[in-house]
Amino acid sequence: MGSGIGASVLRVEDQRFITGTGTYTDDIQRPGQSHAYIVRATTAHGIIKKVDVSHALSAPGVIAAYNGADLQADKIGILPCGWMTMNIDGTPMFSPTMPVVAHDRVRYVGEPIAVVIAESVHQAKDAAELIEIEIDDLPAVASIERAIAPGAPIVWDGAKGNVGFHWHIGAEAPVTAAFARAAHIAKMDLVNSRIICNSMEPRAVCAEFDVGKGEFTLYLSSQNPHVQRILLATASLGFPEHKIRVISPDVGGGFGIKAMHYHEEVIACWAARKLGRPVRWTSERSEAFISDRHGRDHQTHVELALDKDAKFIGLRVSTHANMGGYYSTFGPAIPTFFYATLLSGTYPIPAIYCDVTGVLTNTVPVDAYRGAGRPEATYVIERIVDRAADDLGMDPAELRRRNLIPVDAFPYKTPMGSEYDSGQYELALDKALALSDYKGFEARRAEAKTRGKLRGIGLSSYIEACGAAPSKIVMANGGGSGMFESATVRVNPTGGVIVMTGTHSHGQGHETTFAQVVSDKLSIPMEQIEIVHGDTARTPFGLGTNGSRSLALGGTAIIKALDKIIAKGKKITSHVLEAAEADIIFENGRFSVVGTDKGLAFGELAFTAHAPARFPTDEIEPGLEETAFFDPVNFTFPAGVHVCELEIDPDTGTTDIVAYSVVDDFGNIVNPMIVDGQVHGGTVQGIGQALLENCVYDEDSAQLLSGSLMDYCLPRADDVPNFKLDYIVTPSPHNALGVKGCGEAGAIAATPAVMNAVVDALQPAGVQDISMPATPLKIWNALQAAKAAA
Amino acid sequence: MGIAVAMVVNGRNVTAEVDERTLLVEFLRRDLRLTGTHVGCDTSQCGACVVHVDGRAIKSCTMLAVQAAGSAVTTIEGLGSGTQLHAVQEAFRNCHGLQCGYCTPGMIMTAVELLKRNPNPSEHQIREGLEGNICRCTGYHNIVKAIASAAKVLQATAAA
Repeated sequence: MGSGIGASVLRVEDQRFITGTGTYTDDIQRPGQSHAYIVRATTAHGIIKKVDVSHALSAPGVIAAYNGADLQADKIGILPCGWMTMNIDGTPMFSPTMPVVAHDRVRYVGEPIAVVIAESVHQAKDAAELIEIEIDDLPAVASIERAIAPGAPIVWDGAKGNVGFHWHIGAEAPVTAAFARAAHIAKMDLVNSRIICNSMEPRAVCAEFDVGKGEFTLYLSSQNPHVQRILLATASLGFPEHKIRVISPDVGGGFGIKAMHYHEEVIACWAARKLGRPVRWTSERSEAFISDRHGRDHQTHVELALDKDAKFIGLRVSTHANMGGYYSTFGPAIPTFFYATLLSGTYPIPAIYCDVTGVLTNTVPVDAYRGAGRPEATYVIERIVDRAADDLGMDPAELRRRNLIPVDAFPYKTPMGSEYDSGQYELALDKALALSDYKGFEARRAEAKTRGKLRGIGLSSYIEACGAAPSKIVMANGGGSGMFESATVRVNPTGGVIVMTGTHSHGQGHETTFAQVVSDKLSIPMEQIEIVHGDTARTPFGLGTNGSRSLALGGTAIIKALDKIIAKGKKITSHVLEAAEADIIFENGRFSVVGTDKGLAFGELAFTAHAPARFPTDEIEPGLEETAFFDPVNFTFPAGVHVCELEIDPDTGTTDIVAYSVVDDFGNIVNPMIVDGQVHGGTVQGIGQALLENCVYDEDSAQLLSGSLMDYCLPRADDVPNFKLDYIVTPSPHNALGVKGCGEAGAIAATPAVMNAVVDALQPAGVQDISMPATPLKIWNALQAAKAAA
Repeated sequence: MGIAVAMVVNGRNVTAEVDERTLLVEFLRRDLRLTGTHVGCDTSQCGACVVHVDGRAIKSCTMLAVQAAGSAVTTIEGLGSGTQLHAVQEAFRNCHGLQCGYCTPGMIMTAVELLKRNPNPSEHQIREGLEGNICRCTGYHNIVKAIASAAKVLQATAAA
C-alpha cells in the first residue's frame, strides 16, 4: 500500500511521542523565566472588598503580585464573546463583561482574582497564601432550575431572572398544526449533563516580550493560535496583531476547551512585558476543573408528533442552557446555532420549532466540548424517537427506518435551514443492525436473564454538521468572524514540499493525513513533505482545529494551493520544453508534453523554478510557492448509526458494555487507521458522559464538588469495550476531497445509544427513564424505587 | 537549603541539590530536563508520569526526589537501547495506540512493566493493568491492541 489517499499510513508524529521527545508548552524553558500562580475565587458569588497583595511581595522568591485593579490601571481589556445571539423579540442578548482578573465581583469558584509571579511555582504558591482577600458573599446559584425560579439570586443585574438570552428558530404555526393532527405525541424531559473536558495535557502558557523588537512570543496550548492572537490584539491585551507571535507546539488534546480565549494568556503576556521576564503558567488538574470551560448542561422538554403511520410530522423543543457566570468565547453559539439547526436529525420532519433560554449561573462558563451543540441535538432527537417507539410498541430500529431521509432526497433542506449534502442513512442502519446482530438480541437478553443480568440494546442514528464553516452563514447567525481555512505550499529548490496550514493538530494526526493528500496529488514520497502548523509567524491566517473542520477545509485549501503549483509548473514546463501550455500534463509526479516522452520530474521542475534561466521571469515569477484560502459553500454532514449492547447487574447497578458497533459515513477517507482512532476516542467520551462523568455543584454554595480526578470519573480502560467499526462512503460534494469530518461523531452518537440501551435494559425491571450519567448508584436507586413501587 | 540526592537515571549518574518537597517528576522534568515524563493530574490518578524505579512502575508524582535517592530510574527517554525502540514503543506506533501523545510515555512505561509481570496477558488483564493510566484520546481500543501485539513480539524474541 502506498502513501496516498486511502492508505493507513503510520503516523509521522509518533516517533517523538513514543520516545518522549515531543514538545508541549510546559516542556519549553526560556532564559530568565518566572512562574505565575493564579489566585482564584473560592466563593461562587460575592463583592470584592479587598485583594491586598502587599504581604505576598515580601515572600521569598516573589517578583510581583497583582490584583484586578492593577490590570485595569494598565487598561487591559476583557475576554470577549465572539457570538451575538438575538432574542425572540429582536433585541440583542444581554452581554456580560468578562474581566481578565476580577476586580469588583466574582461570579464563579475558580475565577481569577490575583496573580503572584515568583522564581518558582512553589514560591508563588506559598506567597499566594499571604494575599489578604475579603469578599462579601452573595447568594449563589448553580443549576438551571434554581436560577430561573422566582426569587433566585441574581448573577448579573442586567439579566432579569438570570436569562441571558431567549432565542428561537423555526416557524411555530406549522408545528402547532402538525401537533393538532397528530395520531400520537411522544413527550420527554431530558438532561444533557455538564461535562468537564479534561484534556490530558492541562492548559499551559509561556509568554515573553522582546523589548528590542517590541514583540510578544506566546507559547500556548491552544487549538487555534491565530484566533488567540486576534483576540489578544483586539480585545484583551490590546497590542498590534503583527507584534504578537503565538506558537502552539505539541498540544495534548483539545476537544474544544483549548479553542477559547482564557485569562492566563493575557495575564502572562501583560506581566512578561511589565517585568521584562518570560512568565509561564501551567494549570494543575484541580485548577483545570474550575477554570477550563465546561460543556453541555442543557435541560430540554421535547415533543414529537407522529401521524397514524408513525411518520414524524412535527417536533417541538424547548431548551434551557446553563451558560455559567459569563459567556465564554463561543458560549452562546453552542446551544443555539450549532444545536438547533440539527434537530431534524436524520429524518425529514416537516415542522420544527425550538426555543433556547441561555441561563446565567455561578458556575464555570460553558462552551464547546467535542461536538459542541450537535451532540445535544442528537441526544434530544434520538432519545425521543426511542420514547415514541416505546409508546407505540414498535421496534426502535423499525421506527427509524420508516422515517429516515431517503437517498434520493439529497440535497435535503431541513426546516431549520440546514441543507444536508449527501448520505445513505438506511444503508447505514442496515449495516449497523447486521454488524451488531440486532436480530439475535432477544435471545441474548433471555440468556442474560438466566444469569440475573438486565441486558439492553440501544441505537442512535446521528447527524453532524462539520467543516465549520461557511463564513456567510456563520456571520449571518451571530458569528463575529469568518471561518474559512488556508494553506501555503512551498516547494523547495530540491523538490521538498513544506505545507503551512492554518489548522492545528492536537492528536488528529494532520502531519500524516495532510502529507498523504500532498503525496497523492504530487506523487512524491511522504518523506519529502513537511506539514507546519501552530505558529502564527510561519502559517497563513487560519481558524485552527475544531468542529471537525480541518481536512474538509484545510485539506481543500491545500488542494487548491497544489492546483496553483501544478498550474505554474505547467507554464514553466511549456517554456522549458518549448511546447504549448495546453499540451502539458501533470501525471505520476511528472510534467510532460502529452503524447511524448519529453517531460520534467517534479524535482527537476522545482529546481528549474528556482534557477530561472529557461523561462521568461517577466512573464512567470521565479520560485514555487502558492497560498490558497477555502471558504466552503456549505457544511458537510457526516451521519451514521451506533448500536450499544450492555448488561446491568441489578445487585450493584453497574453497567458493562458487552458489544458496540458503529457505522459511519464520513465521505472519502484519507487514513482509515486514524479515522478508526477518532471514532474509538469520540465514542468513549460519549460513553463517559452517559455512564461515568458526574459533574456536581453544591446547590447552595455553588461549589464544585467533583473537582478532581478522584471525584470525577473519566473512562478507564476497563470501563469500555472493544469496538466493531464499518463505513459507508458517500462523498461530500462541497469540498475537493469529498470528505465530511470524523472527529466528533463518536461523542455525538454514543451518548444517546448508550442511554437508549440503559433504558431498554431497565424497563423490564420497571424503570421507565434515567438521566445521565447513569452511574451505578443512580441505577441501583432507580431499581430499588421501581421495586418499592411495584 | 536543599538536600543532596544522587541516583542513576537512564544509566547515567546524576547528583543534585533539591528542595525537600521536590517530587521525583519535578526533578526529572525540571532539573534533568527529561520532559518525556508528563504531569496530567495532581491526585495520582492519570499515570502520565509513570517511570520505572528499580524496575517497578511508579507514578513519579507520588514520590519525592529524595525518596528515589540511590535508585535506578528509567524514563521514556531511556527505554529503548540506542536508536532501537522497545517493542512496546514500536507496537504503540504500529497499532495507532496514541493520538495527542501526552499520556503515551506513562502508558508505555506501565505496559512494559505489565508485560514483565505477565508476559501473556488476556485482554481483560491488559485493561485491568491500565486502570491507573488515563487516556482521553484513543478510547483505549488501540492501546490494548498495542500491548497485546507487543506481548507476542516479546514472547517470540524471548523464545528465539
